[in-house]
Amino acid sequence: MSKPSDLVQGTLDLLVLKILALEPLHGWALSQRLKQVSGDVLQVSDGSLYPALHKLEQQGWIHAEWKATENNRRAKFYFLTRLGRRYLDKEAANWERISAAISGVLRLTEV
Amino acid sequence: MRLEHWVYTIPLRLRALFHRQRQDSELDEEIRDHLDRQIDFNLASGMSPEEARLVALRKLGNAALLRDQTRATWSWNGLEQFIHDLRIGVRTLSRTPGFMLIAILVMALGIGANVALFTVVRSVLLKPLPYSDPERLALIYEADNSQPHPAPWLPVDAGSFWEWQRSTRSLAQMALVSPFQGYNVSGEGGKLPEVVEAAWCTDNFFSLLGVRPMLGRTFTPDDDKPNAPATAMITSSFWKRRYASDPAILSKTIWLDAKPYTIIGVLPSTFVYSGAFGGGSDQIWTPVRHEAPASLLHTYGDHEFLAVARLAPGVSLATLAARVDALQKQIKLAHPEPAVHPGAIGRTMLDDAVHNYKTPLYALLGATGCVLLIACMNVAGLLVARAASRGKEFAIRASLGGGRMRLIRERLIESLLLSASGGALGLLLAWAALAWLVHARHDMNRVEAIHFDGLAAAFTLAVIFLCTLFSGLISAHSAGRGNILVGLQESSRAHSGGRSRALLRRLLLSAEVGLTVVLLVGAGVLLKSFEQLRSSDLGVPVDNVLTLHLGLPDARYKQDEQKIAFFEQLIARVRALPGVSAAGLVSAAPGEGWNGDDLMSIVEHPPLPKGQGLDFMLRGADPGYFSAVGLPILRGRTFNEDERGKRANVVLISRGAAQQYFPGEDPIGKHLKTIDEGGVWTVIGVVGDVRWNVAKPPNPTLYWPIYGNGYSYGTIVVRASHDVESLAVPVQKVVAQLDPDLPVSNVMTLREAISKSTIDSEFDSILVLAFAIIALVLAAAGLYGVLTYLVAQRLVEFGIRLALGAQRSALLSHLLWDGLKPAMAGLLIGLPASAAVVRLIRSMLYETEPLDPVVFGAVAGLLLFVAIAACLVPAWHASRLDPMRALRTE
Repeated sequence: MSKPSDLVQGTLDLLVLKILALEPLHGWALSQRLKQVSGDVLQVSDGSLYPALHKLEQQGWIHAEWKATENNRRAKFYFLTRLGRRYLDKEAANWERISAAISGVLRLTEV
Repeated sequence: MRLEHWVYTIPLRLRALFHRQRQDSELDEEIRDHLDRQIDFNLASGMSPEEARLVALRKLGNAALLRDQTRATWSWNGLEQFIHDLRIGVRTLSRTPGFMLIAILVMALGIGANVALFTVVRSVLLKPLPYSDPERLALIYEADNSQPHPAPWLPVDAGSFWEWQRSTRSLAQMALVSPFQGYNVSGEGGKLPEVVEAAWCTDNFFSLLGVRPMLGRTFTPDDDKPNAPATAMITSSFWKRRYASDPAILSKTIWLDAKPYTIIGVLPSTFVYSGAFGGGSDQIWTPVRHEAPASLLHTYGDHEFLAVARLAPGVSLATLAARVDALQKQIKLAHPEPAVHPGAIGRTMLDDAVHNYKTPLYALLGATGCVLLIACMNVAGLLVARAASRGKEFAIRASLGGGRMRLIRERLIESLLLSASGGALGLLLAWAALAWLVHARHDMNRVEAIHFDGLAAAFTLAVIFLCTLFSGLISAHSAGRGNILVGLQESSRAHSGGRSRALLRRLLLSAEVGLTVVLLVGAGVLLKSFEQLRSSDLGVPVDNVLTLHLGLPDARYKQDEQKIAFFEQLIARVRALPGVSAAGLVSAAPGEGWNGDDLMSIVEHPPLPKGQGLDFMLRGADPGYFSAVGLPILRGRTFNEDERGKRANVVLISRGAAQQYFPGEDPIGKHLKTIDEGGVWTVIGVVGDVRWNVAKPPNPTLYWPIYGNGYSYGTIVVRASHDVESLAVPVQKVVAQLDPDLPVSNVMTLREAISKSTIDSEFDSILVLAFAIIALVLAAAGLYGVLTYLVAQRLVEFGIRLALGAQRSALLSHLLWDGLKPAMAGLLIGLPASAAVVRLIRSMLYETEPLDPVVFGAVAGLLLFVAIAACLVPAWHASRLDPMRALRTE
């Protein structure tokens, strides 16, 4: 299996936002979900999720809140904000455009 | 980003700034929660508790690094780290207070001196003059480029000036000014009489400069006429001082040379005229056509004026100067007399004001620049040494993952702390130095323009920044290099470690020594020139001689007989004063200035070609002057009592005149004749040479009786056996008894007069010497530091050597040589560099060759001596080492 390219790695933000758009999650759950949806293509160590989350929070795209969970635990849940939603839509559209263009190029048959 | 974005994120950022601790603990909790959940998950999938924990930890990665990376995404992280580093920096520095203090002081000296000099250079040399559109203002001088004595920058005669003014109307406006005038201001209303420096100017002078009066008006063409009512303008300082800022000053009468003048205006306090020929202390301005005698206003041969021009838009100074030069050549054709100059030349008004200060100020700025560079190198050297002694610490930190940038930043912050504290202290030093300079150098043109302002503050910041970069990067470079393992090994078995760092320090030291040599040579040459100047022989004994100058107003002393009677009475009363051993009267005492010259011919010699003559300086003297001032009469006799008035046609000439104009013959009994007016004088004696300016060689001089020959002013020369200063008041009282309205000026001893004319040289040489000494001390400290460091590094090695039977003396000389090498290298760089530099300051030297072998030899010797002394101490310590103690150090 080849290494995931930088391009894919750079879309981690996008994936996180997309997953959070479906439902608010805490860090661990998010990491599990990430593995689930992307299979092993994205080799993200659990830890590297946190700098990404905190960066998104500082930028105002997600919002964090401590909430009680099962058996008396507390966890930090991340929500998508209105700004984050707008950003996600824009970036998703961008991604569609670029990936469509690249796939188009790659499908060209050699003469 | 859009507004909405800001509205949303600002609270976040504020929270990040003010709730740092809670944010930290929340991050910890978050990571812990993650781990717990992962462990639970692992347990659920059937791992043992131990395995579950390990797998979870492994999956998470390096928790410490993770925390750092996360924190790095928070706002203010840079600021936080900076403050953190700052705190560490302060702590590490204050662990070695001695080092810190020395480094800060060194920096303070360097920065302070530079800021002060920068402020002076900018204020004096670069700031525009306080006139409107000052860059369009220029001065036009006459020039004589004929060999062998080319003389540029000669004052202007009125005759030529009017022609210039007429013919250059399309190129420039021109005004005439004569800033070397003076008036006796009579005592009125209980005020004392005084002599005031003054200037004559044409009516358009102030409007040409763009100066508006503070009160009243400036001159009009109606004031600037021979038969106009007498008018005067005064400066604001004179108005404040003498009239206590009286608002009703306008149309008051001031008595100048015993004649009434109406004050028509007060000049603003910002106004000052300072040119190459002085004028900065002029306090009264009068219209030139009203004041100057008609002959002076029309002659081409008497150069009493300066020409100020305002260039028309689009006209360059070169164009105007070329036009005036061509005009002056025509004037010379029309008036071939020797006193008419054959050319003209111009320079901007700013250049004219500061020309004499340019070289010295830039030389001083260069010297302070060297000192700062040396200071930076020294601090860098000290930081390198500290970095070296902390080598193991750095290696360990690097092996634990300490970022290289972080280490470099730490060094930079250390040097920033030193430079900034040094800069703050230096600013105080600079401020004090400027205050002192303004106080000590009243005589300097534009000294009033020196102010510490925003640009100087910006310059200080820039210097601090550069020092930080310079010393920080050098030490960071030496700390950051090499791989970790080497660092660890080196410090665990310290045999011959730190070589590369020592090399860097040695290079720095060589450069330091080189700069020091340049400074020392510069200081040496300037000092020698000052010594030369100070010891130059005025021609008469200078101790216990007092001079006082006075001038008789023509309005009150109309006849020559009145003047002679006054002078005679005065000198007789002065001689009778208790304590006076001798007194005489002369038109200008030795060292008092040029005071006029004329061209003569010798009646007994074959006639000279038309227009040529022998140049004599002219002095009027009374019969007792020569013995009073101590000027030896070498041949012949002094004047008789009856050689006065109409019979005053006898002269004494100086030895130089006798040798130059009467080679191989006896001048006594020969006759001199002025080449234009035709009076004839008989030579009756030869006296010694005196200098009119202590820095200038003596000119051929002739003395004729001051009782006659039209003198209306004179300098009283008083000699006493001791305490001649105490006679100043009694002599002034004698003057006041004879004429209470007559002010006395230039009251000073001959010694004071000499030190006044050598103050520039003294000032420059002492300052450069001070900088050179600072540099020498710094370089010596640097040499000492490097060798001490080397010895400490190689202590174990020396211990082994000694234990194996090495000779202590061999060790001593080996080490001494090691320490002296950078000094030698510096000397080798410095001597040729100095040879180049001293040529640049040639114009500041008096009778001193720039490449003075004594100075160069002395500097080389002094430097070697200091270097040996600095290296001897650590080398001696190393050679006295107890081998056992040395071997146990690690």
